[in-house]
Amino acid sequence: MKYEVVIGLETHAELDTESKLFCGCSTKFGSEPNTQTCPVCLGLPGVLPVMNKKAFGLSLKTAVALHCEINQFTNFDRKSYYYPDLPKNYQTSQNYFNIGNNGYVDMVVDGEERRINIHNVHLEEEAGKLVHPEASDANYSLVDFNRAGVPLLEIVTQPDMRSIEEVENYMQTLRNILLYIGVSDCKMQEGSLRFEASISLREHGSTVLGNRVEIKNLNSMKAVLKVLAYEMTRQSSLLDDGKEILLETRLWDDVDAVSRRMRTKEDAHDYRYFPEPDLVPFWINQEWIDETETAIPELPVCRRQRFVDELSVSDYDAGILTEDKSLADYFEECVAISQESSKELSNWIINDVLRELNEQKLNVQDFVISPKMLTELVEIKPTIGSSIAKEVFAEMVNTGKSAPVIVKEKDLTQMDDTSELNEIVVKVIEDNPKAVEDYGLGKKNALAFLIGQTMKITKGKANPKILTELFKQRLSSISK
Amino acid sequence: MKLYEHAISETVEKIKTKEIKSCEVVQSILERIDNIDKKLNAFITVFHDESVDRAKYIDQKIKNGKPLGALAGVPIAIKDNICLKNKRTTCGSKMLENYCPPYSATVINKLLSEDAIIIGKTNMDEFSQGSSAETSYFGATRNPWNLDRVPGGTSGGSAAALAANETIGSIGSDTGGSVRQPASFCGVVALKPTYGRISRYGLIAYASSLDTIAPFGKTVKDCAILMQVLSGKDTKDSTSVDENVPEYEKLMGNSIKQMRIGLPSEYFSDGICPDVKEAVLKGVKVLESLGAVIEETSLPSLKYGIPAYYLTATSEVSSNLARYMGIHHSHRSKKTKDLIESFKTSRAEGFGPEVRRRIILGTYALSRGYYDQYYLKAQKVRTLIMNEYLNAFKKYDVLIGPVSPFPAFKLGEKINDPLQMYLSDIYTITINMAGIPAISIPCGLSSQGLPIGMQIIGKHFDEGKLLKIASVYEKNCNVSNIIPNI
Amino acid sequence: MSITNEEMDHLSDLAMLKLSAEDKDLFTKQLNTILEYFDELQEVDTSDIEATSHVLPIRNVFREDKVEESIPLCECLQNAPQIKNGFFVVPKIIDTE
Ligand SMILES: [Mg+2]
Ligand SMILES: [Zn+2]
Repeated sequence: MKYEVVIGLETHAELDTESKLFCGCSTKFGSEPNTQTCPVCLGLPGVLPVMNKKAFGLSLKTAVALHCEINQFTNFDRKSYYYPDLPKNYQTSQNYFNIGNNGYVDMVVDGEERRINIHNVHLEEEAGKLVHPEASDANYSLVDFNRAGVPLLEIVTQPDMRSIEEVENYMQTLRNILLYIGVSDCKMQEGSLRFEASISLREHGSTVLGNRVEIKNLNSMKAVLKVLAYEMTRQSSLLDDGKEILLETRLWDDVDAVSRRMRTKEDAHDYRYFPEPDLVPFWINQEWIDETETAIPELPVCRRQRFVDELSVSDYDAGILTEDKSLADYFEECVAISQESSKELSNWIINDVLRELNEQKLNVQDFVISPKMLTELVEIKPTIGSSIAKEVFAEMVNTGKSAPVIVKEKDLTQMDDTSELNEIVVKVIEDNPKAVEDYGLGKKNALAFLIGQTMKITKGKANPKILTELFKQRLSSISK
Repeated sequence: MKLYEHAISETVEKIKTKEIKSCEVVQSILERIDNIDKKLNAFITVFHDESVDRAKYIDQKIKNGKPLGALAGVPIAIKDNICLKNKRTTCGSKMLENYCPPYSATVINKLLSEDAIIIGKTNMDEFSQGSSAETSYFGATRNPWNLDRVPGGTSGGSAAALAANETIGSIGSDTGGSVRQPASFCGVVALKPTYGRISRYGLIAYASSLDTIAPFGKTVKDCAILMQVLSGKDTKDSTSVDENVPEYEKLMGNSIKQMRIGLPSEYFSDGICPDVKEAVLKGVKVLESLGAVIEETSLPSLKYGIPAYYLTATSEVSSNLARYMGIHHSHRSKKTKDLIESFKTSRAEGFGPEVRRRIILGTYALSRGYYDQYYLKAQKVRTLIMNEYLNAFKKYDVLIGPVSPFPAFKLGEKINDPLQMYLSDIYTITINMAGIPAISIPCGLSSQGLPIGMQIIGKHFDEGKLLKIASVYEKNCNVSNIIPNI
Repeated sequence: MSITNEEMDHLSDLAMLKLSAEDKDLFTKQLNTILEYFDELQEVDTSDIEATSHVLPIRNVFREDKVEESIPLCECLQNAPQIKNGFFVVPKIIDTE
């Protein structure tokens, strides 16, 4: 493209708390409209907010995990704007003293390390939900305040991203971090994770930022990528035609796949921030920051490297394992239990466990095969062989029984007694003169046929290595 | 003496000793209201049936020998900006004309748990904005001493009702003088507590960083009794203070010998009515004669109190009143079907002119380009004002001055000149800016027979000292025995 | 510093408050008188002064993350001018142009 694209992202993540930010109403998703409300989250006259300690702690945790400078003195501010889903017509948020400033997210793009700078991390309250009736002639909208007051964390980047790939990578990396440190469930279909993008174009080499367009309320990563691609085309053709890009806010229409100018006046951006008088300021001492730091688990980027360095997992596999924190935890639990090679365990997880999880649309925590069970299977594998191990795995998925139990019940232990096998080999050779002859003529699949016959008799339990050796010896002595 | 003439302390005593019944007190009060409130308009809502029922319940409790609260059977009137569950709470505004909150304020629960009887909700300036109780959507309240005069504001209804014996005790709120000024205009006692001493939960906000709920009493002792009930940390109000509440009554009446009292010259400056100056200085002389040490002093930053206060308060107003837009609890205009127009029109219809004016002023003070010059500047001057007060309290136990530069003015006299109205708050607002307590106590009558109030100001959490000095003064002057003839 | 008529329109939009022509004239006049008086504030030297937005030095007031009972739906809706199927009803919202 002729132009360089400059993108910044604001991420809103609903924090994983039981109760709302300023009141005791439940944050549970999907209840009947307005049944999770109280005077406080309805913003009724006379009510006052009281800060949810856990929500505050999770915000601090995120700011620390994103390497922010923590404002030891932090305060809340009122942000004023009118919208029917905002009960008080101001949002209690942070403006002058955010919990964290100047952090960063490190990620790998095309094998290269990239750092996206975080401008700030702050805590605020969620708005309610608007429902627009289906009928096009309906002249009203409906408001549900169940979400109003749910704790919302806002993470604002610098305009550091230069391509759609970087944006995608950043969103995934950030989502991973939030999941890793356990601050949000990041369920996009429930609106727990939302994005707002700002995008501008400029001539390559220019150091001045072009007029930026803000795009609000993007409810999926896909929508973010689509709207950015759309805007790049729209804006570059405007610039090509010598036209000006308007400073404006646009909304993405997923059905028509276009962005549209939002109906806001310029002064809608005059938010008239001032310190929230109803909440006292907060003081975060060094001890609290240190405690938080210790509580933060190893982040995906570091964990992936450790899997490669210490557990001999390939970088690619380590990437898959660490993409989902619970999967990486599952793997580490297996490694901790079992003496078997971590490489072998990782193969099982990436090939078999992940396939099952995808098919059953399950989280690994809910998977019937626990890390203990998987290690038992891997440990028993040498006595049953790879192909039977796969069958046992399938049986474990179906029945929830452990590998040793299945092997015992079905008598699946491999036959590797040479003399016992030898007797069967002799009998198979006697019963199949045609195949023996073919083998003598150099037909290679004759051996496979004979081994297959033996497997039939032994119900697949014969140790294939020993069996192959025995056939080769015997057949070569015959053909001589 | 009629039952409605009694103070809280006497009423409780007589009810507890079964000399009288709560029902009789309530009956006496309700009759009094029915007889004279047409003239005063001190109440927006009176709870006739509920009060009688509750009085019967309290009387039954007494009969059964059950333990009794500190306000057993006592009628209390509540300013109509304090939420009472499922009872209309209007804030003196058309915006909330039919609003019934689904919860009660913390102070209401405290009063009820001490067996008080909520007799009714009193008139007030709309959303506590005004200085005369004239801006109410429900009409102006009148001063029981002179019906052509204002009772003061914004808790004018609570002050007038108490002065006219329409209740035994009453509760108001004070953001810039809203209990002290009406108390002084109506000749009753009012104590504006330290910010955070009494929970604000359920008090409909005017200016959150300045608002306090505050008691009125016919006597200093009554104020102490109510303070005891209302004070204390509330987990629902983050700004309420977890600070020990002393036993106020025990602090009263003791000697004030060697107490150091400062008289700030700013409280006796130009514009003060000579009657007021004279009455307050006479009051100070009484304290001096009782052993207090008097000294003149100066707090020069108080000069900037009016702009600093009004910029702060109106900024907060513009935000606090943003929620009234006709969606979930307030008036909605029937004139339009467009969303933005609906917001704008509902608000224009629901708010009276003073409220509209303050919303515009506050919006201006917070808007882009003006924040530093107005809002932020006001907060910095607030620091100066507070520091000057705190420094003064290193030298003096209390400061004394008048409550208002003049006694009750005439209805309509200032209502069309907002700046003149704002200037009348000169002696009360800086106390809210500093968050410190002050008591207003009657100290005489003007040449026109209107009450004058003296203000005793203390440092944070020094309510006890204020009550002590006021009670000693009261005992030696008998000023609270002068009552209006209505 | 004084408020112009144009600014008054802007403030009316920001404050979401319809002002009649008379309101605008009157408020412009009154607020300018008030602001002129308020300008004495600008003479105060506050260069080294911190702003006070909370008068008491209270810090870190929290509640535990515990669910408490919400209010019944009927109480939630009891003061609404218009309701439907448990929702608050508002005039239709049109977001895009
Ligand atoms: Mg935000
Ligand atoms: Zn709630």
